[in-house]
Amino acid sequence: MNSPVADKPHLTEPAWVRRILIGIVLGFLGLFLFLPLTVVFVEAFRAGLGVWWAAVSDPVAWHAIRLSVTVTILCVVLNGLFGLCAAWAITRFRFVGKGFLISLIDLPFAVSPVISGLIFVLLFGAQGVMGDWLSDRDIQIIFALPGILLATLFVTFPFVARELIPLMEAQGTEEEEAARVLGASGWTIFRRITLPAIRWGLLYGCILCSARALGEFGAVSVVSGHIRGQTNTLPLHIEILYNEYQFAASFACASLLSLLALLTLVAKRFVEWRMNQHQSHLKTTP
Amino acid sequence: MHFRSHSVLPGFGPTLGITVLYLSLIVLIPLGALVLKTSELTWTVFWSTVTDPRVLASYRLSFGAAAIAALINAVFGVIVAWVLVRYRFPGKALIDALVDLPFALPTAVAGIALTALYAPNGWLGQLLTPLGIKVAYDWKGVVVALTFIGLPFVVRTVQPILEELGKDVEEAAVSLGANRWQTITRVILPELWPAILTGFALAFARAVGEYGSVVFISGNLPMKTEITPLLIITKLEQYEYAQATAIAVVMLVVSFILLLLINLLQHWISRRRA
Amino acid sequence: MKHLLIATALLAFGITLKAEDPINLLNVSYDPTRELYAEFNAAFAADYLKKTGKTVKIDQSHGGSGKQARAVIDGLKADVVTLALAGDIDSIADKGRQLPKDWQSRLPLNSTPYSSTIVFLVRKGNPKGLKDWGDLVKPGIEVITPNPKTSGGARWNYLAAWGWAKKANGGSDEKAQAFVKDLFAHVPVLDTGARGAGTTFVQRGIGDVLLAWENEAYLAVKETPDAVEFVTPSLSILAEPPVALVDKVVDRKGTREVAEAYLKFLYTPEAQDLIGKHFYRPTDPSAVAKYGDRFKKLDLVTIADFGGWAQVQKLHFADGGIFDKITIK
Repeated sequence: MNSPVADKPHLTEPAWVRRILIGIVLGFLGLFLFLPLTVVFVEAFRAGLGVWWAAVSDPVAWHAIRLSVTVTILCVVLNGLFGLCAAWAITRFRFVGKGFLISLIDLPFAVSPVISGLIFVLLFGAQGVMGDWLSDRDIQIIFALPGILLATLFVTFPFVARELIPLMEAQGTEEEEAARVLGASGWTIFRRITLPAIRWGLLYGCILCSARALGEFGAVSVVSGHIRGQTNTLPLHIEILYNEYQFAASFACASLLSLLALLTLVAKRFVEWRMNQHQSHLKTTP
Repeated sequence: MHFRSHSVLPGFGPTLGITVLYLSLIVLIPLGALVLKTSELTWTVFWSTVTDPRVLASYRLSFGAAAIAALINAVFGVIVAWVLVRYRFPGKALIDALVDLPFALPTAVAGIALTALYAPNGWLGQLLTPLGIKVAYDWKGVVVALTFIGLPFVVRTVQPILEELGKDVEEAAVSLGANRWQTITRVILPELWPAILTGFALAFARAVGEYGSVVFISGNLPMKTEITPLLIITKLEQYEYAQATAIAVVMLVVSFILLLLINLLQHWISRRRA
Repeated sequence: MKHLLIATALLAFGITLKAEDPINLLNVSYDPTRELYAEFNAAFAADYLKKTGKTVKIDQSHGGSGKQARAVIDGLKADVVTLALAGDIDSIADKGRQLPKDWQSRLPLNSTPYSSTIVFLVRKGNPKGLKDWGDLVKPGIEVITPNPKTSGGARWNYLAAWGWAKKANGGSDEKAQAFVKDLFAHVPVLDTGARGAGTTFVQRGIGDVLLAWENEAYLAVKETPDAVEFVTPSLSILAEPPVALVDKVVDRKGTREVAEAYLKFLYTPEAQDLIGKHFYRPTDPSAVAKYGDRFKKLDLVTIADFGGWAQVQKLHFADGGIFDKITIK
């Protein structure tokens, strides 16, 4: 992957230019990535390990963690299944309005998180379109788990589908069509041919989806109701602690989420590496 | 004229059905509620709401700061991608992995971390305040937060193009007598433009709607440091639902246009690469 | 295999999320009452268990008062609301129709078991020499207050400033408006809630003076005694944060009896003692006697002097009202 371009003097910049550019990159990323990350961990452990542990193991924090994890798992499963369906329909068939459908799938990416929360309030709030119907049946959607889930689903909607569509497009349909002609059922084709080829891409999409779901703030903040130990996700809990002058505790929970974010990055790297391997493997064995 | 052309593969009906159903339930119907709510307003009320001086000021800040941040990211993103693809230096793999951090880090965490850095008594704020530079609680703070949020986009769109770019074109340019500067500006950069623009548009689209990281670091003053998403929240909290949705619709339309632009750009890139 | 794992994980989480106590109350409150209700809830639960043998668990939600009222109107199932001002509970009655309009007459003292006022919090040693409202508009002074549009405390701040300026200018509303306009021109950060403003002032070191609830100012001095100190202006406002039962919710949940007991418990000597302890002004005579010297005597205008919340809301804080006019130039 790393071509030895840098070794050919006429195809690279003078050493001083390279050093300046590397310096700029280190400076820019240092300022915008390393420093914020460092500040989180330094502030989190400033008051000592005991305070950190007390903040993270507090029952309310623990409930927030569980809620965040629950929502994230549900999101990955639902959006993952949707992504598979959408990618199959879009890449395996030609139909009218396909481009439009892809654009619609992308739409949530460009919608402000605040709007993502607002729409569910308009729909399911007591004053909303379905408010009376829901309250007659005692169904609670916003200010409860379903509302938080819906807002998070909306925000993370495109990630898996967006990862799978180009991948399956590139993969082509010859093998699947051959299997079909030989009499394999749709489910068998999917399980034996399609899935093995896209599994790393699927995992990659799921990682992106879970990273975003775990950390979503704006949309969830609108629909949560902020009930301690009930509807506070971990990012909302951080805000609450911050507003209670409990900075050490707030940064402790933030450091936990940062740690998860770093783990995500490691997992993402690993999957990217496997995907590259997979692709070069495909290229060498036609 | 058929709705779809024939294929031997099964599963078209169920998969498309599920796709459209799920899309409708999670995305389309809720967004429809937004439009429905806005239609309660007459055209004149809608217009005066979305062109109110305070709302206009918030557009200026949201779109202006997002544009500045995306521009910063475009410039530095290309340099980062260039350095990561072309040079070797210690710690490169780590840096390459960390570029995605803003995507994985919850925005609220980013917000409190950046505020802790840039507040007048923060690590960097202490150094900047004596110089008379105010970042946190100022529009500059908004730009900092949005730069952080949009950082991965340009890098990640430019990087693969740069990796694929064969050195043969560069060889050819050099053999034709071009110096390094000419090779970069005349041969390499033109190849990168679509990717840079896509990255810029993605970073911009993400930044315009950003809320979590900005509310911590911005002063939230009407007319000065109030972003549009915060204004929507403020209207909502004063029970001004119709007004909140009217402003939201304006943002939504802008998102639509941006998205269309991004898709066109990506289409253009894939055509060029093919 | 993978699916099985996911399914089990979901089940485990689902079950733990569902496990709840038999009686559950939700108290939706405003920002600065966190510490008070944390302690009060424990006291009430113990008392209720002793009297009835039933266990009750009280959940709390805190935020800017206006924002909390909005959430209740939108369907947040609050059994009781304990907000920063009557106007916000009026909104719940008007827009949400979740409790009767005469809610304020259902409990003693206009449904207000404790009161407070608005004071100044300044940097240690009061380096800018800020003594009264008039000092706040001197050149170069930065004033921190939350946004009156979203925060109840900020509306009291605004009215206290107005009240002082009106009195200082011989009763002229025009001059009072000019003063408040000048005051808000000195505000560099407008947070959405009292707590956000407190954080900005105390932790982030922004501004020379914080307009704060008396109890919030006391708390800040207690937490950071070396950084800030307390200034009581010559005149302020009697801030009355009322409490109310949300009929629609308690009737549906069948929690009316316990919710009523909860609110009435606020008026008992035991609760009043907690109220005084957390720097709210108690109403019970024995608590007043115990904590009275904490609270300085000062001239207080009341909301009635402004014609009541309905009037104030319409004139000052509604869209296009005086607050909009003075902040948008």
